[in-house]
Amino acid sequence: MAGIPLYAQLINLLAAILLLLAFAMLTQRRVLSLVNLFALQGIALGTSTAIVAYATGQMHLYASAGMTFALKVGLLPWLLHWLIRRLDVKWDVEGLINVPTTMLIGIVLVVFSFNLAAAISQLASTVTRATLGIAMASVMLSFLMMITRRKALPQVIGFLAMENGLFFAATSATYGMPMVVELGVALDVLVGMMIVGVFFFQIREQFDSLDLKHLEKLKESE
Amino acid sequence: MSAAGIASQLLQFAIALALAPLLVGWVNQCRAWLQNKSAPSLFLPYFTIRKLFVKDAVVAEGASAIFRTTPYIVFGAMCCAAAIVPSLATDLPFARAADAIALVGLFALARVFIALAAMDIGTAFGSLGARREMLVGFLAEPALLMVLFTASLISGSTSLPTIVDTFAHRDLAIYPSLAFAGVAFTMVSLAENARIPVDNPATHLELTMIHEAMVLEYSARHLALIEWAAALKLFNYSCIGLALFFPWGIAAAEDGWLALLGAAPVLIVKLALGGFLLAVIETLSAKMRIFRAPEFLGTAFLLAVLAMLVNQMLGS
Repeated sequence: MAGIPLYAQLINLLAAILLLLAFAMLTQRRVLSLVNLFALQGIALGTSTAIVAYATGQMHLYASAGMTFALKVGLLPWLLHWLIRRLDVKWDVEGLINVPTTMLIGIVLVVFSFNLAAAISQLASTVTRATLGIAMASVMLSFLMMITRRKALPQVIGFLAMENGLFFAATSATYGMPMVVELGVALDVLVGMMIVGVFFFQIREQFDSLDLKHLEKLKESE
Repeated sequence: MSAAGIASQLLQFAIALALAPLLVGWVNQCRAWLQNKSAPSLFLPYFTIRKLFVKDAVVAEGASAIFRTTPYIVFGAMCCAAAIVPSLATDLPFARAADAIALVGLFALARVFIALAAMDIGTAFGSLGARREMLVGFLAEPALLMVLFTASLISGSTSLPTIVDTFAHRDLAIYPSLAFAGVAFTMVSLAENARIPVDNPATHLELTMIHEAMVLEYSARHLALIEWAAALKLFNYSCIGLALFFPWGIAAAEDGWLALLGAAPVLIVKLALGGFLLAVIETLSAKMRIFRAPEFLGTAFLLAVLAMLVNQMLGS
């Protein structure tokens, strides 16, 4: 590994941190820590995008790094904190599967996505192509997190983390998407978050709880 | 097999035997300072071992030969491990006898015998301690193996001196996989050496004991050997950690005699820092419930596996 330039080493390090944070989110019991971990993931993502921008001289990547910091480190965590305060859902969330089993499933997913990415990354020509597997693994792990959580708020955080993973995959495989697409995705995430926030209040009003198992019932009375 | 090799082997073995109780004393002293208590003497473990050696041994009624021989087996296994782990020099003639996997086997051998001896006399606390030790052990061992495999993958060999030689002479680069493996190794060492998040070495409450519950029935020279073996185990784990993750200052085969003399103070400084760090970890964390231990060690295993996978993914 000593043969590759310093910026690529830094990106590899940040990719490893991103994977670690994805696992930490998967096994985290507290909603508040989950939001903080999400913000940390945003920091890692923004920093790595900025490093890619510096290394390749692509100006639009600076803009998307700035957007990542503003949106995923600043606005969205603040919005989530505000939601947690307003909905008063600070309590611990137990997953459907216990923590050690979740970790083992997570490891299997990581092996799967690394295998899958090994073939794809040979086609890519970027310096950072090795991190594509990690990006895919963090998408998979966020997906697993959405599946194993019962409450609405952790599921939404899982969705946002999945978007982080996809964004990282785009930067590492192709040095980022065109500016228009990135702006569109960022706006989508923001608007989606707003709508979901409104939904939370509706769900709670209807069922007195954010537990999504209530939504599985189709009729009012059994 | 050169004369310098034999000399470094003997010197390293002597230092391990002599300094292991001092390391325990140092950790206890640091912990007492950090917790605002008046610290015991740095040499207290030596006094304890000497006191225990002059006392008359009492063996429980109905104890079999296993109970009597276990202290010698455990002590012997830890001595072998101390001879294999490169702490001072990498030119060790004895280290060719066993690689990293055999080293894990040596630790497992000691664990099996001490658990058998605890169940041999048939007291409730002995069996309880043995079961808990096995619960911790079966989770800690694979994690330790994975950490060693990561190091082996990077250096291309499972022989510890070769791994350390490779690590000491590599170019300066960021290895995310080694960082993961380092954290995993720290967690495994805490569990294996009966340290605070998993077990409390200073407890007097039998219900929460793991290691102490197993050796409750031992006295005099048997207990002295077991205490010394426990100190050696801590020393060995510290040396493995230092050799894998901070290998600078270890004398290589071609460096000659002077490097050997220079390596000893470096080792002592590194061990003192490591011991202080251990005391900090023990002060900052609270003992977990025993049923949280699988989660703790599961995390260590996860980190070790991630280290290996990340190395495969990014290293190529």
